[in-house]
Order: sequence, then structure tokens, then C-alpha cells
Amino acid sequence: MSFLDLLELDFVQTALIAAAVLGLVAGVLGPLVVTRKMAFAVHGTSELAFTGGAAALLLGIGIGYGALAGSIIAAVLLGVLSRRESDRDSVIGAILAFGLGMGILMLALYKGRASNKFGLLTGQIVGVDSTDLKLLVISSIAVLVVMAFIYRPLFFASVDPDVAVSRGIPVRTLSVVFAVLVGVATALSVQVVGALLVLALMITPAAAAMRLTASPLRATVLSVVFAELAAVGGILLSLVPALPVSALVTAVSFVIYLVCRAVSWRRSRSA
Amino acid sequence: MSAISLRGARLSYGDRVLWDGLDLDVEPGEFLAVLGPNGSGKTSLMRVLLGLQPLSAGTVSIAGGNQAIGYIPQQRALDQSMTLRGRDLVGLGLDGHRWGFGLRGRQDRRIRVDAAIEAVDGTRYADSPIGVLSGGEQQRLRVAQALVGDPTVMLCDEPLLSLDLANQRVVTELIDKRRRESDTAVLFVTHELNPVLPLVDRVLYLVGGRFRIGTPEEVMNSRTLSELYRTPVEVVRVRDQILVVGAGACEEQTHHLSAEAAS
Repeated sequence: MSFLDLLELDFVQTALIAAAVLGLVAGVLGPLVVTRKMAFAVHGTSELAFTGGAAALLLGIGIGYGALAGSIIAAVLLGVLSRRESDRDSVIGAILAFGLGMGILMLALYKGRASNKFGLLTGQIVGVDSTDLKLLVISSIAVLVVMAFIYRPLFFASVDPDVAVSRGIPVRTLSVVFAVLVGVATALSVQVVGALLVLALMITPAAAAMRLTASPLRATVLSVVFAELAAVGGILLSLVPALPVSALVTAVSFVIYLVCRAVSWRRSRSA
Repeated sequence: MSAISLRGARLSYGDRVLWDGLDLDVEPGEFLAVLGPNGSGKTSLMRVLLGLQPLSAGTVSIAGGNQAIGYIPQQRALDQSMTLRGRDLVGLGLDGHRWGFGLRGRQDRRIRVDAAIEAVDGTRYADSPIGVLSGGEQQRLRVAQALVGDPTVMLCDEPLLSLDLANQRVVTELIDKRRRESDTAVLFVTHELNPVLPLVDRVLYLVGGRFRIGTPEEVMNSRTLSELYRTPVEVVRVRDQILVVGAGACEEQTHHLSAEAAS
């Protein structure tokens, strides 16, 4: 089949819509995730989304709901248990290892198709059906609406916590709310790129954008553009050679990152 | 009406009393320096005034409430790669605490932020990433950030720490200018009185649960400090500087609000 024929297939179109929505959410959250040094937390949350997905598979309910439940529980656990920043890394490590172990146990007990199992870890966006898409779009809108409401205080608390506290901003509550938002976005990304590769959408585009500009607004816009390029571009590139989507999404994302690093390096040398 | 008012204020953690029976009024335009060794409750007093720490007894009030406070933290090295320009930092002081996007009034916002930056002579570097600015430049922008919200009270928590003498003078002068022109009350926590001595109207000196309030002459003398520290302390005036000998009063470490808020 040619490229254009492939584009007319229902499941390809569904996948592209899912990727575009995801790119927007991941791109918006990314700069704050990077600023708050939450890369490891995102990775931990995505492993727990995998555990939730595996549990859902075993129980015979939608994987999407399981992943969502798993990562929200993870986000709340991380928020509550790591009350001190210095605790955060070790708390994530402990929860992540246990969750991954439970996920493997549940997959071992599952008697269904093996490709479903593998997809949770490495992604299988072509498996997104219209109910999954509905969940994805509704969750994404919810995340973006909450973000719009809390953005300014959250940004304040992320870059300048001492002064934010002095202005009466509920810094701790906001960090739990943001962890839950990240959890939702992570659960959604798991369906596209799999639990192991969520960082390619949540971290890499934002890290690349932040190499180019010190303006928070411009960084967010660029981060969205890069995440869209990676998510949608990755799928388009994967169609004709029939390669795994996640491989190309992560590759595009990484190339963008390298280019941005090179640009910022050249700038700093010429300055 | 006083800008800051404490009545019978007591703060204790379990058996440990930081201070008790503290009556303090800071008038508009007054400059009050808060001195004392580590652990004497300077930072806790700041937290009480910011509403982050409830009093064990007594009352506290700030004219205009929390939104009328301009807060200047101590200078600390910011992450070089931080996605934040000077103007963003100042803007946060204006409306960073508000919910929602705030798309309306962007032009008015820009004018106010520009004016605040101009007032601290920071226009030249306001669009640079904050992490590449020098400590003095960052601290000037901190002053702009605190002033852009038009505060009636300025709370300064060791704002001169780790600045060189020239920048200490610049930051002090900016704070002084504000209180003279706008009658803003200043509460200035410091472990080093001399850089601000010419501006200080009164001193609050805290030591181990005891305290003394008065003009620098009333508090910064051998007799008063010896009583406070309960050990012989010698206070010497050398030119326009005050040297305190024998109190072990010099210390570098101070607390961060957020670190304590998180615990």
C-alpha cells in the first residue's frame, strides 16, 4: 500500500489524532516537568501506568482506564510520600520497582494475546480504538483546562518557591495537583509510545525547547511544536517501512534535541 | 495605623520558647532591623508575618494583609539553564499568585513591569536568562519583584547575603528610597547590622528566648547585649561601624522559607 492509501485507513487516522492531542498535552506540561526536575518521577509514573494497564488486561477492562488509574495512584503516592525534595528520588525508586514487579506478575497470569502485553511497554498506537480515543481526548481537555487555571501560581512555585510561598501560594497542594496532571498525561502517552518511552514525549521536546530560549512562553510553544513533530511525524514515518511507532517517535524527538543542543552551543560560542 | 503589629506574640515548639510577650509596632516608613544568632527565631518571625506559621499565643496583623507584602529573599545561585528572564521574575511579583491566564490588561502589566525594572536600573539585562546574571543584578531584580506589587510592607530576609559591598549599597539604597518615597514599612532580617546601620530606626534583637527593642544606641551597647546573651559582650564603635565582640553572634547560615514550609 502506498503512503496515501495508508493515510485513509481508519486506525491510522485515529492514531494520528491521538498523537496530535498527546503532543499538545505533553508539550504544554513538559517545560514545567523539566523545571521541576521531575524526569525520574515521569518515568516512575509511567511504570505504574504499565502496572495499571496490566491489571486491567487481567481483569478484562480497558487498558486505558487501568493505565490512568495506575498512574494517578502513583502520582498521589509520590506526592504524599515524598514530602521532602531530598526523599523524592528514593521514594520513586522504591515504588517504581515494586510496581514493575507487580505488573510482570499480572502479565504472567494473563492468558490472552502476547502482543497486548508487549504493547504496554513499547507502545502500539495502531491499537487505539474509538473508545480509547474518546477517553484520551476528554482526559486531555481536562488536563489543559486545569493547567490554564493553575498555570501562573504553578509556574511561580516552580521557578521561585521562596517568594511564591510568601505570596500565599499553596505550593504543596499545587505540586500534588501537578503530579496528578502529569500522571494523567503519562497514562495517555503510555498508549502511544509505551511505558518505557514516555520520556520521549514528556521530557525531550521540552528540554530541547529550553535550550533555545529563556522566555517561558516561547519555550512552551516550541515544546508543543517539537512534541507534535515527534508524535505525529514519528507515526507518519513509521507507516511505509512498517517499523515500530515508538522507535520513530523517540528517534525524531532525539534528533530535535540534538539539533537544539547544537544551536545553543553555536550561539554560546559566537556570543 | 501601624503597618505591622504584634501583640503578646509567643512562638514555641514544644518546650522551646523562641520568644514570648513580643509587642511590636512598625510604623509606615519605619526601618526595623531584626538581629540575633542562629535559631533565635528571626526566620520564624518572618514566617509568622507571612502567615506561614501560626503564633502559639497573641496576635499579628499586617495592614493590607498578605497581598500588601513585598518579600525579598536572600540571594542564591539560580540554575543557569533556568527558563526565566529577569522580566518574568519581576512579573511574577505582580500577578504570579493569581489563578487563570490573565490575558486581559497585558499592556498595563507590561508598563508596570517595565517601570519597576527601570526603577532598579535593570533594563539592560531584563531580557537575559536569570541564571547568567550576577548576584547583584539578580538581587536588584528581586527588589523590583517586591516593589512591582506596590507593597505597604517590605519583608527582607537577609537580602544582602553573599553580595559584595558595592551591591550591598545599591540594594540597600533601593529599599531606602522606596520607604522614603512611598512610606513603606521595612522589616529587615540580617546578621550584619553595619551595611544598613545609617537607615535603621529601631532594632529588634533576639537571643535565646529574650529580646530587646529600641534604637541602635539603646540596644547595641555592651550592657544591653551582655544582659541578652547572659555573658560579657563588648560593643565597640569604630568610625560609623558597630563591632560586637564575644557574643559568637556572627553566623552565616540562614534558613530558607520553602525548605521549612516543605517539612
